[in-house]
Amino acid sequence: MTSSAHPDPQPPAPTGDGTARLKLGAALQLLAQSGHQLPTLEEAGSTVWLQAVIDALCDLSSRDPLTGLANRRHFELALAREIDRVARVGEPALVLMVDIDRFKSVNDTHGHAAGDLVIQFVAEALMDCVRPMDTVARFGGEEFAVILPNCPPAFGATVAERIRRKVETGVVTVAGQQQLSVTISLGGAYAPQWVRSSATLWIERADQQLYRAKAEGRNRACLEQPTVSMVSAEEKGLLFGTSQFQDIEPLP
Amino acid sequence: MSTPISSTPPPGSPSPKRARIVAVTSGKGGVGKTFVSANLAAALARMGERVLVLDADLGLANLDVVLNLFPKITLHDVFTGKSPLEEAILPAPGGFSVLLAGSGLVEYSRLTPEVRDKLLEIIETVSPRFDRILIDTGAGISDVVLYAVSLAHEVLVVATPEPTSLTDAYATIKVLAMQQQRSSVSLVVNQVSRTGEGRVIRGQLQQVVDRFVTPSLPDPSVPFKLDLVGEVPADTAVREAVQKRHLLLEAYPGSEAAKGITAVATRLAAP
Repeated sequence: MTSSAHPDPQPPAPTGDGTARLKLGAALQLLAQSGHQLPTLEEAGSTVWLQAVIDALCDLSSRDPLTGLANRRHFELALAREIDRVARVGEPALVLMVDIDRFKSVNDTHGHAAGDLVIQFVAEALMDCVRPMDTVARFGGEEFAVILPNCPPAFGATVAERIRRKVETGVVTVAGQQQLSVTISLGGAYAPQWVRSSATLWIERADQQLYRAKAEGRNRACLEQPTVSMVSAEEKGLLFGTSQFQDIEPLP
Repeated sequence: MSTPISSTPPPGSPSPKRARIVAVTSGKGGVGKTFVSANLAAALARMGERVLVLDADLGLANLDVVLNLFPKITLHDVFTGKSPLEEAILPAPGGFSVLLAGSGLVEYSRLTPEVRDKLLEIIETVSPRFDRILIDTGAGISDVVLYAVSLAHEVLVVATPEPTSLTDAYATIKVLAMQQQRSSVSLVVNQVSRTGEGRVIRGQLQQVVDRFVTPSLPDPSVPFKLDLVGEVPADTAVREAVQKRHLLLEAYPGSEAAKGITAVATRLAAP
């Protein structure tokens, strides 16, 4: 059932504590407001219902309200998980930091409502350009961050460029049917393959590339060169291009 | 007597004997790194060396499984201060000693100052009591692995002829050459299907190293060298020994793979 089915739900209060009841009421109101759907208490039973409330609250606390993207808290958790995974599995992963170019002038010229629309537009563009396994987050203000697990260097560059173009070629319609175009700058850094890194260090490295993109004139993507522990196609070619592998016939 | 006591031995006297430390690493798992460590230790022990295998795979140790030893006291207890180091050093079936990581060391799988100090302290303490310490590192090139390797005099990279293993071995060698001031690493090629395959593989790796790796040595013109210390043939006896959880050198001492391991030990003992 939807949250509208119980506009004034009465939460169970096992202790009979009036304050707890009041606080849970406020939480339910928040969930209803943000469109989270809960089963009815009668239908689900108190244990299942309470779990659904907790799940919905967790979801709510991990999202950015304006864009629906992951918020910074969720992003940092996802990043820590990815660092563990990279160290274990050894697949390269990329973090992209994305910043809307000259956002302040959008706000100053067209107002904050237009600014919000621009942020939503960029958020959608980001979501449209990545795989379901990637994490897109609003990092703060007009800055976004993307985690791309299992991302070879060539793929990273392609995705960054795809996102840049998507934003550059799109238009945002703001109040008064006015159409705005914006651009973004992107900075990216790969996790050192198999080497444990720290979240702070990884973000810092991506940020450095973002500054570089800004300094080089904005509306561009700058990606850090992958670390030495990656083995390039050229190296692999030399490693496997001789002797025992030579007798393999190429496919017609 | 008022002669000052010096900590350095007087000239001419032999320096106090300390173990030669060899790190055994591989890039990625599943190439027989732990198998080589354990059997190499047994081979060296047969040659009269006092050998300790230190299980430095702090996250996913399996030396205990290879040796069929599941002690109550492990490195974990030493790290947490629950047990003294002496109680964690155990005799292994092959006539050598082991210091097993034990489970629950996942919390130590990151290189914190604590892990750094503990590992160093343990190696310093046990070093005078052994002729050789083999450090069985975890898979990958995590900072714990790199740190454990940095404590060793010599690095033994275990690889198989599989392309994925070669790529990972190459990545490891590259990182070691560029980050640690080493002029060489030793290579053991495991699971070769014909004699001489190890030599071919060493040649291929060396060729890529020569072309792409700039060592971090004070004199960068000195080339980084890969020493082939032996090849271990693919052998059904290995699988059988592992299944039975016996050392190959104990279960099938006459097998081709056991001969290969023994040759590696001979080469290490008399460089």
